[in-house]
Amino acid sequence: MTRVLIPSGALGLGYDRTALERGIASAPDIIAIDGGSTDSGPSYLGRGVSKYSRASTKIEWAGLIEARRTAGVPLVIGTAGTCGADDAVDWLVEITEEILAETGQAAKIAVLKSGQTAARVADAFSTGRITPLHPAPEIDADVIASCSNIVALAGAEQIAAALETGADIVIAGRTTDTAIIAALPLMRGAHAGAAWHGAKIGECGALCATNPQSGVILVDFDADGFTVTPLADGAHATPHTVSAHMLYENSDPFILYEPGGHLDVTQAEYRALDDTRVRVTGSEWVPSDRYTVKLEGARRAGYQSVLLTLLRDRHYVEHADAWCADILAKCRAKAEARLGLAAEDFDLELRIIGRSATLGALENRANGAVELGVLGIVTAQTRQAVDEIAKMLNPYLLHHPLTAAEEQPTFAFPFSPAEVERGEVYEFCLNHVMELTDPMEAFRLEVRQFG
Amino acid sequence: MADTLGDVVEKVRSKNAGPFWLTIDIFCGSAEAFERVRQGVSTDRVARLFQTEPDGLKRFDIPSLNVVKFSLPRPQVQGTRFDRDMHGASYAALVAEMTLN
Repeated sequence: MTRVLIPSGALGLGYDRTALERGIASAPDIIAIDGGSTDSGPSYLGRGVSKYSRASTKIEWAGLIEARRTAGVPLVIGTAGTCGADDAVDWLVEITEEILAETGQAAKIAVLKSGQTAARVADAFSTGRITPLHPAPEIDADVIASCSNIVALAGAEQIAAALETGADIVIAGRTTDTAIIAALPLMRGAHAGAAWHGAKIGECGALCATNPQSGVILVDFDADGFTVTPLADGAHATPHTVSAHMLYENSDPFILYEPGGHLDVTQAEYRALDDTRVRVTGSEWVPSDRYTVKLEGARRAGYQSVLLTLLRDRHYVEHADAWCADILAKCRAKAEARLGLAAEDFDLELRIIGRSATLGALENRANGAVELGVLGIVTAQTRQAVDEIAKMLNPYLLHHPLTAAEEQPTFAFPFSPAEVERGEVYEFCLNHVMELTDPMEAFRLEVRQFG
Repeated sequence: MADTLGDVVEKVRSKNAGPFWLTIDIFCGSAEAFERVRQGVSTDRVARLFQTEPDGLKRFDIPSLNVVKFSLPRPQVQGTRFDRDMHGASYAALVAEMTLN
């Protein structure tokens, strides 16, 4: 049996300390936590930075390093620093060494890097070893070269290699959410379907149970199945909460693709052992012929500034669409004429908050708002162009009249200046898998002895 | 007035399933509500709601959970300048406000 302690769905989300202590007391074989996701958007991967505060990360990570020392077992984190890019891994390694130094601990740290050079990916692309998933953006050598970061999602094999070094702490770059949990059970001969399925159920911590914010759960893996036990007060796993977790952020609730194969839970059976624990059997692992890893890439999509103005005058609230359309036409013409830009060199958009800012063209409800916000979004390839166009848009959003005959109106700017620079913006540009001959060929493993 | 889907079910949730997919989980809450949703919400209607073709949608009717699930390529790829909802959670409202046949 292999017992995996999962403190939380992600480092930075917090965890219940009492429940964590219960977990340590129950003699886990490993502590595993996820460090990231693409869910906050492309900027983090594009810049190679973490979404969470350094101070919060350090406090929560220090708690887990202490838990690891007490339990005397390895601690593994996947997708370090939100995006799992090499720089984000280095950031967490630095925090780790600070913690070890401040608490007078020695530890062996295995660092697994998932960053891919554009050259490696371009070579794989030109030799037909990159396959698009649906729906995939079109790519070519130029798109690949334009990525500021490309990562490959490591699977259980790469995490196993890191654990085999005998490391106390494994800090991994981008991995699948499940790999950090599945790796040790697989190494120790657990049922492969159960290892991946239990990992998927456990990857968001207590989200598979009641009291989902409490974080801490145990997953026990053996030769036939797995058992989920949430550890916080008021947290209960039921066959319903556990099986329903397969829906979460999965486009297919029965099939999950991983490096080297896929998990099929169509035949899985979920059984309550008592009012807190659930036992799952019947999950199937289907190995694939090719070993592929998924790629994620982000590239700069330009620079952006935003402006916000507020319409409270009833007449303007009622005619906001016409007002925005008129401003867009006039401001675009002005930007083209005064900056010598072509229409395709920049993008200008006004979103009416209170009407359709969330759903855009999909919005099918009309309402009578008291006030409306108008969010101006300026995007272009250079910082200077964005700055200039945003400044040209500013007076329109402040004073533009619906008709030439009326007295000049003034709208509400919530701050000065009304333009807010967002700087460089990024976009995801890969939804592809890359075929490998050896699981380690695209990853780098380094062992550091600290103290 | 006809019931909306949201009136009949426990919860409608939408989330990203990676940067390129959106997934919508309709938790019906009872076998009776599940049956009503299964019959009253066609894939065609959901596709129209998202101004897309029905063959682009995946649909899962899961009686063991009383859940009907739809997955579709995101209306806009997450985080592009055309995207309006980074986490995709607001699309649930569009589905919850459908009238039930």
